[in-house]
Amino acid sequence: MKKAISYLAAFLISIVHLIPFYILINLALKTRQDTNSIWIPPDYLYIENFTNVWTQSHLGLALLNDLIITVCTVALVIFVGVFAAYPLARFPTRWNNAIYTLSVATLIVPALTVLVPLYKLVVDLRGISTYWAMVLVLTTFFLPTVIFLYTGFIRTIPRELDEAALIDGCNRYETFFRIIFPLLKPVTASVIIIIMLGVWNDYRFSLFLLQKRSVQTAPLVLSQFFSQFQNDLPLAAAGSLLSLIPMALLYLFLQKYFVSGLAEGAVKG
Amino acid sequence: MDILRSFKNNIGKVRGNQLKKFFDSPGSLNLMYIPALFMFSVFVYYPLAQGVKFSFTNWNGYSPDYSLVGLENYRYMFTDTRSYKVILNTLIYGLGSTLFQNALGLAYAMLLNTNLKGRVIVRTIVYFPVIVAPLIMGYVFYFIFQYDGGALNDILLVLGKEPIDWLGNGPRAVWLITLVNTFQYMGVSMLIYLAGLQAIPKEYLEAAEIDGASGFYKFLHITLPLLMPAITVSIVLNIIEGLKLFDVIISLTNGGPGYASHSLSTMMSDLFFAGQNAGFAAALGNLMFAIISFFGITSLSFLRRREIDL
Repeated sequence: MKKAISYLAAFLISIVHLIPFYILINLALKTRQDTNSIWIPPDYLYIENFTNVWTQSHLGLALLNDLIITVCTVALVIFVGVFAAYPLARFPTRWNNAIYTLSVATLIVPALTVLVPLYKLVVDLRGISTYWAMVLVLTTFFLPTVIFLYTGFIRTIPRELDEAALIDGCNRYETFFRIIFPLLKPVTASVIIIIMLGVWNDYRFSLFLLQKRSVQTAPLVLSQFFSQFQNDLPLAAAGSLLSLIPMALLYLFLQKYFVSGLAEGAVKG
Repeated sequence: MDILRSFKNNIGKVRGNQLKKFFDSPGSLNLMYIPALFMFSVFVYYPLAQGVKFSFTNWNGYSPDYSLVGLENYRYMFTDTRSYKVILNTLIYGLGSTLFQNALGLAYAMLLNTNLKGRVIVRTIVYFPVIVAPLIMGYVFYFIFQYDGGALNDILLVLGKEPIDWLGNGPRAVWLITLVNTFQYMGVSMLIYLAGLQAIPKEYLEAAEIDGASGFYKFLHITLPLLMPAITVSIVLNIIEGLKLFDVIISLTNGGPGYASHSLSTMMSDLFFAGQNAGFAAALGNLMFAIISFFGITSLSFLRRREIDL
C-alpha cells in the first residue's frame, strides 16, 4: 500500500513537471489560426514556426555567439580559478585565509548592485558589444564558485604528494603543474558543467554588455523576438524550444556529470 | 606578505640559485592568485566602491556632469512608497522560493531515496528545468498563465468558470513568479538532499527502528539533524539566488502591472536604462547588496550552529 502511494506520487510529480514542456511543444507545432486548446496536440504537421524563427531572428548566429562566449569563459575561469585555489588550499597562512574568505564572499555581490559603475567601466574601456569584455566580466563573477570548488578539492589531496615531488627536485610550480593539476579532472568536470550552464543561459550581463545584434546571445535575441511578436505565440514558442535544444541534448547525454557535478559542488561546502 | 619580502630579496641580485630558492619557497606560489585578485578588484570591488559614490550623486547614466546630492537618493528611497513594495517583493522572491524549494526538494528526495523503480527518470525530469535559461523558463510559463488561450484558462473554461488574468494582479503575479522560480530550481535542492540522505549511515535508522521509533520520530530526530549540512548549503544558496531574481520577472511581467511585481534588481535596471536615474539606481543597488549580505550571513551563521558532527 505504502509502495503504491510512492509510485503514484512519483508518477504525478513527473506529469506535473512535464506539463510546461508539453504545452511548449504543442504550441510550437501549431499554426496561428489554430484556436483549439493548447492542451490538444495539432493533428497536422506544421514546422514553419521553426524555419521562420530561425531565419527571422538569426538564432544560428546567436547560438554561435553563445558558444564562443561560453568556451572562452569556461577556459579562462578554470585557469584563473585553479591558480588561485592552489596556494589558498596549500598554504593557509592568515593572509591567505583572509584572501580565500574575501574571494568566496564575493559570491554574494549581486551583478545588478554593481550594474551602474560596471556598465560605465566597460563603456570607458570600449568593451560594450565585444566578446572580451563579456568574457572577462562573466569570468570574474563565476570565479568565487570556481575557487571554492577547487580549494575544497585540493585540500582533500594528501600533502605527501607535494612533499615527495619537492624531495625529487621539483620546484613549487613544477609540483603544481605536473602532480596536482592532472589530479583535478573530476572536479574540473563539475566546474565545466556549472559554469557552462551559467554562461550559456546568462541574461543579466548580456542585456547590458551586448548591444550590437552581431554579438548577441540566444536569450537576448529571443527576448527581443518575444516583445516584437507578442501576438504570434506559436512563433515565440518555437524560438524558445529551439534555444533550449542544445543544452537539453547535452544534458541527456552527459546526465551523470550534470547530476554528480551539482550535487558534489554543493555538498563539498 | 611573504611574496613582497622574497621579491625584495631577489631584486638586483637575481642569480640562478636565488631564483631557485624563491621558487622553492611556499610564498612564491602566492603569485598564482594575483590574476584572480586583479579581476575581482577591477570588475567587482572597484565598481562596488564607485556605486557608493554614484549613490550620492544625481548622475543620469551618460552625461559627464553630475553633482553631489548627499543622502538625497536614500531619503527619496525611504519616502517613495514604491520602494517598500519593491523591497517586499524582493523578500517574497527570495524567502518564498527558499521555503518552497527546500520543503518540496526534501520531500522529493525522501521519496526518491528508496528503491522505487524509475526513480532515475523522475530525477531526470525534475532536474531538467535547471538547464533551461531562466528567461526562457519565464516564457514557457507565460504560455500557461496568459489570458487568451493560456493553459490554465483553458482548464477554467472546461470547468465552466470565468477566465482569470493570472499575471494582471500584482500580488498574485509575485507569487506566481516565486512558484516558477521554485519549479525551475527545486531540482538543485532535491539533488543536494539526495546526496545528504545517502550519506546518513543506515545503522542509525535501523537501530532506531529496533527501539521501536516511528517514521516521523526517525525523521525528526535522526534524518533531520544529520541532514543539517545539506540544509545549510541549500538554504543559503537559495536565499542568495532568490533575492537576486531577475530574468523570470523580466520575461513574465517585466515588473508590471505598473510597479507591482518589480524586484530591486529589475527596478534598478529599469531606472538606469529607461529612467536615466543612475544615482538612484546605484542607491537601490547598495540596498540590495545590504539585504543579501544580511540574509546570507545571518542564515549561514544560524544554520551552521545547528550542525552536528558525526
